[in-house]
Amino acid sequence: MSLDHPLVRQARSRVALIGLGVVFVLLGGAFFRLQVLQATDFVMTARENRLRRIDLPAPRGTIYDRYGRIIADNVPGYAVSLLPAPQDSIRASLERLAPVLGLDPAQRERLLVRARRDRGLPLLVDGDAALEAIAVLEENRVDFPEVVIDARPRRRYFGGAAVGHVLGYIGEIDEEELAEPDYRDRSRYDRGVVVGKTGIEREYESLLQGTPGTRYVEVDARGRIVGDFLGTSDNVPALPGEDIRLSLDLELQEFIHRIFPDTLNGAVVALDPADGSVLALYSAPSFDSNEFVGGIDEARWAELNDPERTPLYNRAVLGRFAPASTWKLASAAIALDLGVVRPDERMEVPCRGTYTFGNRVWRCWKRDGHGSVDLLEAIQHSCDVYFYQLGLRVGLQRLLDEATRIGFSRPCGIDLPQENPGIFPQGPDYWERVFGYTPREGEVLSLAIGQGPNQQTPLKMAQFYVAIARDGSAPAPRIFPDGPAPPAEGWELNLSQEALATMREGLRRVTAPGGTAYLSSLELWDLFGKTGTGQNPLSVRGLAEDDAWFAGMAGPRGGDPEVVVVALVQHGGGGSAVAAPIVAKAADFYLRRKHLIPVTSTQTLREHIMTGPWPAWAPRPAPPPSGSPSGGGVR
Amino acid sequence: MGAAARAATEWLPLGRGRAVRRLLRVWVVDPPLVLLVLGLTLFGVAMIYSAGQTNVPEPAVVGAWRRQLVWLVLALVAFTAVSRIPLRWVEWGAVPAYAVGLVLLVATLVVGTGAGTAAGTRSWIVLGPLRFQPAEAAKLGTILMLARYLARRDMAPATLRELVVPGVLVALPLGLVLLQPDLGTAQAFVGILFAALFWAGTPLFLLALLASPLPALILAFDNRIWGVYIVLVLGALYLWRYRLFFSESIAVVVANFAAGTVSRPLWDSLASYQQNRILVFLDPQVDPRGAGYHLIQSMVAVGSGGLWGKGFLEGTQKRYDFLPEQHTDFIFSVVGEELGYLGVLAALLFFGLLLARLVRLAERVADPFAGLILLGIFGAWMVHIFVNIGMTVGLVPVTGIPLPFVSYGGSFLLMSWVAVGLAVRAAHDDERSLG
Repeated sequence: MSLDHPLVRQARSRVALIGLGVVFVLLGGAFFRLQVLQATDFVMTARENRLRRIDLPAPRGTIYDRYGRIIADNVPGYAVSLLPAPQDSIRASLERLAPVLGLDPAQRERLLVRARRDRGLPLLVDGDAALEAIAVLEENRVDFPEVVIDARPRRRYFGGAAVGHVLGYIGEIDEEELAEPDYRDRSRYDRGVVVGKTGIEREYESLLQGTPGTRYVEVDARGRIVGDFLGTSDNVPALPGEDIRLSLDLELQEFIHRIFPDTLNGAVVALDPADGSVLALYSAPSFDSNEFVGGIDEARWAELNDPERTPLYNRAVLGRFAPASTWKLASAAIALDLGVVRPDERMEVPCRGTYTFGNRVWRCWKRDGHGSVDLLEAIQHSCDVYFYQLGLRVGLQRLLDEATRIGFSRPCGIDLPQENPGIFPQGPDYWERVFGYTPREGEVLSLAIGQGPNQQTPLKMAQFYVAIARDGSAPAPRIFPDGPAPPAEGWELNLSQEALATMREGLRRVTAPGGTAYLSSLELWDLFGKTGTGQNPLSVRGLAEDDAWFAGMAGPRGGDPEVVVVALVQHGGGGSAVAAPIVAKAADFYLRRKHLIPVTSTQTLREHIMTGPWPAWAPRPAPPPSGSPSGGGVR
Repeated sequence: MGAAARAATEWLPLGRGRAVRRLLRVWVVDPPLVLLVLGLTLFGVAMIYSAGQTNVPEPAVVGAWRRQLVWLVLALVAFTAVSRIPLRWVEWGAVPAYAVGLVLLVATLVVGTGAGTAAGTRSWIVLGPLRFQPAEAAKLGTILMLARYLARRDMAPATLRELVVPGVLVALPLGLVLLQPDLGTAQAFVGILFAALFWAGTPLFLLALLASPLPALILAFDNRIWGVYIVLVLGALYLWRYRLFFSESIAVVVANFAAGTVSRPLWDSLASYQQNRILVFLDPQVDPRGAGYHLIQSMVAVGSGGLWGKGFLEGTQKRYDFLPEQHTDFIFSVVGEELGYLGVLAALLFFGLLLARLVRLAERVADPFAGLILLGIFGAWMVHIFVNIGMTVGLVPVTGIPLPFVSYGGSFLLMSWVAVGLAVRAAHDDERSLG
């Protein structure tokens, strides 16, 4: 056959070699395309293949009180997450984790839904795993190769329920928040980040929130963690948030929480008249912010949203109540400012228990009447008839103008995410808008004694009393005085020093013998204040007690007031019985510690009388002229 | 020159070198070919060792390189033995070898088991501690049978009719291998057939006609494309003076129509994993976590190796278990990942030189039987090398086919070295030095 001829073989060999060359050029070209032209892409893919990013949450800033005590800090907690994986292996991992972490089937289903939604992100299984569970997982590392255990700072609140409202609580950021401009910075805010939801935690969120870090782990094809990946600058440690120092007194908060009646709702606000900073801000019922750390359980959440007691509602800054007699000082301030009344002047009509204006009879809280009183006595005895006439002298229009100027229809501007402004008519058209009629001059009688369309927050009344305790000006209350935001505009009452001294003297007499709150007077300090008994929708119909107010200030004897405290107890009855002791005790507690004097359990005159003989420091009151006991039913 | 002087030159490098070269020539017969193969085998052992260096070591893979070395020793023994067999004896034994191969393939279908990378098929026969793939032996038998048949003809095949017998000789073992099913090895038989026919002098155009039903098989998935293809085939037949080869032309057309017709049922008869492999070849992303996973991970491994590679033992795709079958079918992905494009080029150069050497040797020998053996081996290895290396980068569909001398696999290494022994014998049978 023709194979024999060498030339034929040579020709065929050439064809075979050409074919061989073509095949190898094809192979070489295919590898060139992958390894040279597309190498960069594939290097990235190989990296993504084996590197998994794990976010390291940053610890939130520590919150201190005015004395440097920690109110909120962080303790090491542990989070258990699963690396991204196909659904089946996530399901299998969850089933293996279930006995360790105590996951019920419903929880597992929820987690699977989340895993489907956030494909490609690590799945947080337990944000706050128990130490025992972590120990089990670490011991059996080999059996849980796809499980990531993160040290994750866990928020801890020292004050518990005492500071719940003012500090607020934290929780995982939700979709709506992510869309807000405050949370636009994606390097700090992304899914799974824990943010402040209310209170100081929310107000100063941008300070307290740190910058999360990242670390990379190497994984194999089955998602098993091989080890930390150290060969990159992309490993960034978390930066903790800023520490902030509040003006709050943590122990005062705790003290107030302790003495506030368990079964009643209300609020207590303590301000430092020196600069308007907040010493305590308490709302009852309260909640413990620690319960929200790592997610609150549904039953507890439902409890906190109880429509009757509304524990999440911060009554100190959101609740609005008729200020009642505590507002008489505002009437007095306006009248003195306008010069329509002199401090030593007595009204034309002495108090006989009623006052007739127009065709209507207006009653004083004391049926027997107070007789002819001047301003000091009117404040001391809270005489309604006096203030009816004072109101008439001011006139409705001027009362509305002045109260509006002072700011009774504005919010205080405290550094909390939410605050309600007081309700006060800014002009006569208010009645037309709200009630549908033109106000008669008689409206001023109600307003002058703190009733009518006048509702104020406890914080607002506290700010007003700060103005009285100072020189008539009141800076906006601040919880974080050194905070970044400029303080809101303060108040200015425009009062002469004499007028202020008169008002303070009137307040002093309230806790003097014969005053409505004498039993709350203190051994070491001058306590001035004003009781108030505010009507509420239920009490008007006789279904419940009135709201009890006491707005007071206290300081060393003969000195300037160093603390202003306002207490409101809803349905507490008379202000002197329930609210005044809270204010007196809170002021005493704060002042004793400020002046380094041990706190005793017998604080007010009431305790002294109940536990022993009449103390020497308290003058015995003159027997009341009418023979009826002082105290109860004081308005 | 005195005795003293002669004793001194004994120690000269020149004299010793001459002795070593002589010994080498006597033992390995064809040093260029054998050294290339030995180099590739040792390179393979190194890569198998690297393939065992994974994060979670699999015992079977970790020690594979040692077992491969043991097999290499056996293979060298087998090579030495086979290369001593005179070619006439080989020619005489071609028919029995072919017959034994067929019997073994039939036996495999009855008692065969799956193993290792192809656990789902029946490709292996287990005899006590021994396990081997009869298809490897059948390949050699087929090469010999085909060479014997074609060498005994006086003329080169010039008509399709003359291709029937060689076609059937190959189709028998091929069909049996397909029944296992082992699509990968089956392709090697096609390579053998075409290489041997080419070397026997069959016109390339005839070979193209013979191959024409294969494209039809695939193109028939779209009737319009298939129609255009049929028209092209008919046009080619017309230009090829169809009147002279009327019956052949009819056969080609019928075969093309038949291929197009059976392609659908044939596709449906494929196992779903086989279908998937073909589908993901067209687009790996259709099933990135399933059938396309291996291909994608292999391409990522090779691509991320870049020009210089990640360094020997340093491949991350391999280390963290992303690479499938990294010590057998996908060993070349490890080469690409760890040694980079330069390493790939070096390996391709070795394989290229090896195949070219077979062609050169075939060109040199006058004995048609010897030349056909060399080209048969060339065809088989060509398919193995092209398909195995090509599949790691998506050039051809993924089929289970090992890379000669480099992939781990004892019986495959042994039979490959037996083929080397046959090749060097075929190339040098006429030389006196072989005695």
